[in-house]
Amino acid sequence: MSVPTLKQAPVQANTRIMGVGAYRPSVIVTNEDVCQWIDSSDEWIRQRTGIVTRHRAPADVSVIDMAEGAAREALQKAGIEASQLGAVIVSTVTHPYATPSAAASLADRLGATPAPAFDISAACAGYCYGIAQGDALVRSGAAAYVLVVGAEKLSDVIDNTERTISFLLGDGAGAVVIGPSDTPGIGPSVWGSDGSKWDAIGMTHSMLDIRELALTGKRGSAVSDEEAAVTDASLWPTLRQDGQTVFRWAVWEMAKVAQQALDAAGIRSEDLAAFIPHQANMRIIDEMAKKLQLPESVKIARDIADAGNTSAASIPLATHRLLEENPELSGGLALQIGFGAGLVFGAQVVVLP
Amino acid sequence: MASNEEILAGLAEIVNEETGLATEAVEMDKSFTEDLDIDSISMMTIVVNAEEKFGVRIPDEEVKNLKTVGDAVGFIANAQA
Repeated sequence: MSVPTLKQAPVQANTRIMGVGAYRPSVIVTNEDVCQWIDSSDEWIRQRTGIVTRHRAPADVSVIDMAEGAAREALQKAGIEASQLGAVIVSTVTHPYATPSAAASLADRLGATPAPAFDISAACAGYCYGIAQGDALVRSGAAAYVLVVGAEKLSDVIDNTERTISFLLGDGAGAVVIGPSDTPGIGPSVWGSDGSKWDAIGMTHSMLDIRELALTGKRGSAVSDEEAAVTDASLWPTLRQDGQTVFRWAVWEMAKVAQQALDAAGIRSEDLAAFIPHQANMRIIDEMAKKLQLPESVKIARDIADAGNTSAASIPLATHRLLEENPELSGGLALQIGFGAGLVFGAQVVVLP
Repeated sequence: MASNEEILAGLAEIVNEETGLATEAVEMDKSFTEDLDIDSISMMTIVVNAEEKFGVRIPDEEVKNLKTVGDAVGFIANAQA
């Protein structure tokens, strides 16, 4: 019996980022504000992190609201109607529902229904994971155009009085549209994970612990009575990190990943117009740039000074600002790299829209 | 394999590059935090660069034991041995 040959979706040779959008929430938190909560100083925070202010969202602005703001601008800049989208991807770790996804609601708000829609949980690498998937979906013929959004309301999952990570974090959203291109616009993604460092950045406890806490006043996973004894204030899980471990991994291992992304794209550092790393800490950005031996001509994104660390939103927000302030960078090559909780990482060279 | 003097000289170069401190200021009995005023992030940068320069591995949990320049030189010398 002969089996009929099935049809497969026609592939696209090339893809590109067609437009970038940003949403920066209205509340500005200064280092002076932070120093009301932790014993520190503006100088100390600037010196260690390069952060001067962070934007945070008011209570009535959600992850989906911010994602929508950024997505509408990205669609408009790309010249694409929401109805043309073949997929909607939201990278976030702060959408406060395990299900349904932020992406399904976003697709509906934008008028992209019935586009496939899903969230990615890849923390600060989420945007680069989204680009890897958006690029693959368009090139494989699975989607005509893909919306990739990084959106975070980290202010919902911080404890202002702790010193490892909370004071770094801000809220916001950035979005891009990926579509077919006549020439190559997205280099090969170098992406991966290292779950052996699962504990290096993450939440203090799980949703099951919250249930246990609410019922018994004790944390299920606690290893000691001391740890199990909790107050109402510690019921809500918040972020922590082992700063030294993360700093070393970011500087040392991520510079190698960034170099691999350059090599995979066949690009030398002097060919770059811009370097847009995840905005984790200015000192990490500086050290990575040094390790990569970037020439002076390469513009380095330093949005962190005003925006803080916004996890999955940081790279598209920084890209948006770089293009607003330096429109001549449009059409140039940018190396982008995201890295964070998992641990996970992703990098690619892209043509700036 | 490098002598203690060579390790000290190499370490002093790394500290100089990270902090701008004169290489002569980096002496065996100096404390990284108290005498040289090196913060935790600079310390990790120095550790990462020392690993590369001397071909050794300095685990995170070991870093807090490296209080003086001499501690670091000794650790690197042992790790190379």
